[in-house]
Amino acid sequence: MNYTTILNNQTIPVADIPEVEYKEFMDLNTGFTLGSPERHCVNYFGYPVGNHIKLICCIADDSTHNIHVSSCLVNSSDTLDSFTFRHFCFEKFEREIHENFGIGYKDHPWLKPVRYANNRFDHSKTIANYPFYSIDSDELHEVAVGPIHAGVIEPGHFRFICNGEQILHLEIQLGYQHRGIEQQFLVRKKLLQRSTLAESIAGDTVVGHTTAYSHLWESLCGIEPSRDIEFARTLALEWERMANHTGDLSAVCTDIAYQLGSSVFGRLRTPLVNFMQEWCGNRLSKGLIRPGVNQFPLSPELAERIGQLFKAFEPDFVEMNQQLFQLPSALSRFERTGVVSYDDVLSIGTVGMAARMSGLNRDIRSSHPYSLYPEIAHDPIVKHHGDVYSRVQIRRQEVMQSMRYIRSLIEDVPQISEQEPMIGSPKPNSFVLSLVEGWRGEICHCAVTDKDGEFVLYKVKDPSFHNWLALALAVRNNEISDFPICNKSFNLSYSGHDL
Amino acid sequence: MLSLILILIASLFFTGIIFRVKSIASGRKGPGLFQPVKDVWRLFKKGSVYSETTSFVFQIAPVIYFSSVIMAILVVPFGSTKGIISFDGDFIFFAYVLALGKFFSIISAMDTGSSFEGMGASREALYSMFAEPAFFILMGSFALLTGYTSFLEIFSTLHLGSYITYALGIMATFVLVMIAMIENSRMPIDDPKTHLELTMVHEVMILDNSGFDLGLILSSGYLKFAMYGTLIADLYIGGLSMAYAIPVFLLTQVAFAVSVGLIESFMARFRMSHNPQFIFALSSVSLLIFLGVLLVLGKFV
Repeated sequence: MNYTTILNNQTIPVADIPEVEYKEFMDLNTGFTLGSPERHCVNYFGYPVGNHIKLICCIADDSTHNIHVSSCLVNSSDTLDSFTFRHFCFEKFEREIHENFGIGYKDHPWLKPVRYANNRFDHSKTIANYPFYSIDSDELHEVAVGPIHAGVIEPGHFRFICNGEQILHLEIQLGYQHRGIEQQFLVRKKLLQRSTLAESIAGDTVVGHTTAYSHLWESLCGIEPSRDIEFARTLALEWERMANHTGDLSAVCTDIAYQLGSSVFGRLRTPLVNFMQEWCGNRLSKGLIRPGVNQFPLSPELAERIGQLFKAFEPDFVEMNQQLFQLPSALSRFERTGVVSYDDVLSIGTVGMAARMSGLNRDIRSSHPYSLYPEIAHDPIVKHHGDVYSRVQIRRQEVMQSMRYIRSLIEDVPQISEQEPMIGSPKPNSFVLSLVEGWRGEICHCAVTDKDGEFVLYKVKDPSFHNWLALALAVRNNEISDFPICNKSFNLSYSGHDL
Repeated sequence: MLSLILILIASLFFTGIIFRVKSIASGRKGPGLFQPVKDVWRLFKKGSVYSETTSFVFQIAPVIYFSSVIMAILVVPFGSTKGIISFDGDFIFFAYVLALGKFFSIISAMDTGSSFEGMGASREALYSMFAEPAFFILMGSFALLTGYTSFLEIFSTLHLGSYITYALGIMATFVLVMIAMIENSRMPIDDPKTHLELTMVHEVMILDNSGFDLGLILSSGYLKFAMYGTLIADLYIGGLSMAYAIPVFLLTQVAFAVSVGLIESFMARFRMSHNPQFIFALSSVSLLIFLGVLLVLGKFV
């Protein structure tokens, strides 16, 4: 066997991952993904081992619920054949490896920088001398947006090449706020510090990232979390999905200048985030999820509050959606705007909502279930047109679905376990991978420990990592004035990408 | 003189009503009726900031834009009461003095060298160009119907007597309302509330204007709305006595403002590529008015 097979949240000794020659490594992993839409690369990264770079590639198989892990040892001075040449979904991983370790690729189409990281290999490359893709033409014009966002949210540079109102090409350059999160996981040794770090990977996916981190840590320490802990996590994940989707529906309405939808959905989001404040003292669920401990057990009183809240929420949400999806002027903005085809999402390897919008069924809740999802038997919502309408529909239906899940969850609130907080010690020389379906899509955390059980690598992959490219493809041949609505219908994370 | 005073009064509350209607429609209390005027007053007390890349064009444009609106208001009559000035063919003067102001606002947007403002300017130029035939066919038809070529004489002799002329009045109102929406860059053509430069038309052109200049541009917008409202009211108050005409005028203005607020609350903005089609369709409505006039005059063979 030239690879090993693990399950979601399974810890294995690093030595169990077979190390193969690069040629075989490439054949193996591209062979897994080529022509098999049910398999995709969840993470592919490198880390230094002695004087070499060890590459680890993890391919998830949605139909068998397995993850195939293989590895390879290369030198940073090597110039290799690229995976990307065979299958495009590896392009961003290889760009990152090139950027961090200086490994060259012979036939990679575009080794565009991922982030302007301080730990990058070649310090002479800066954003100031980055050559943006440009076109020499008198008829076309370029529109540069950013890197400072007009609403001063997060930084990102968007460069459009337009023919009048029509976008021919969009180049997105991110990485302006690289904080070195992965590096910080190695430096900060305390459990609380690391939990706080996981919470700040992306401010709107606090539950998603903290759950991934907690699962990873628990697996590494051999802790079996009690049912009430997993109950709280499952509920919080679905709650986060509801709150963010409702907020996004409001934002999409704002972008098409539909005031009624914008204000009603905005109002509906508020009680959702306020409930989190009631539950754990923070509207963004910070502090709710910690490895091995249930900080804020969901009491039967809170479960009752959820019931009341839904009673007020559901009729308004349903009615507003009926209004929105019957409004001709809104539909004319949604339909056939920002289309990404099935072939495109497959080849760039998008995850989560950005895959399900075009008929690619990727949902970790059903393919690699964790927490209480095996009991829920999740049925992913898949649309086929890949346009703004599909993305908005997915949001609407996922809110209703999450509401159903939460309702069935709170029918049976588990007893709060009286056990002491479990703090184990991490296994030495181990590899662990944790997948969670956040509200945007698949979140993947990987870690490798040394002989003392300390992290030598902590790798975070936010769903936005791949999905930004889907946005760049979506706006092609659309009007430039439709860019904001395309952007909002994806609602991707800058900080999750920049780390 | 009367029309100037009434337009000034109407402009004080017009935008306030729009904001208030939008607020109430979305379940908020909303700002006071005079908040827009207070905003402008605050801006008038401030200095302007000019970018180093701009030339004198950018500095004179807001004044020219403002004065073009004032000049256009001068020729607008109030029913059968004369405006400040009136002469044969003054509706052509009206249209082109507004176009002059628009021309300056467009080149001042280009002057900033910003790629956003260039886009906004090109959209604004395109939409005004498409709106022009609608206005001229409309006014030309009324000139043909009444036999006069000045606003005052057209409106004071325009009598809505038969069913056909009622239909003409309704269509003319529709065309004028829509032209006012286009000229003021309101929904469904443009979203004045948006924060997204890429989708803006008028708002993006004035991104670089600040302080006093911005105050001038905003107050021109308020005046323009009241001015078009007056033209709409003029369709109906030509034959009325003052005691009826002034309440009808105020009622028309309020109804106009409320309908603008309602449109902006309950519909989404058009896709940008649908805008030219929509605006051009106004010309067809104007053509219908023209045919109606021919019918009334019995000029159909």
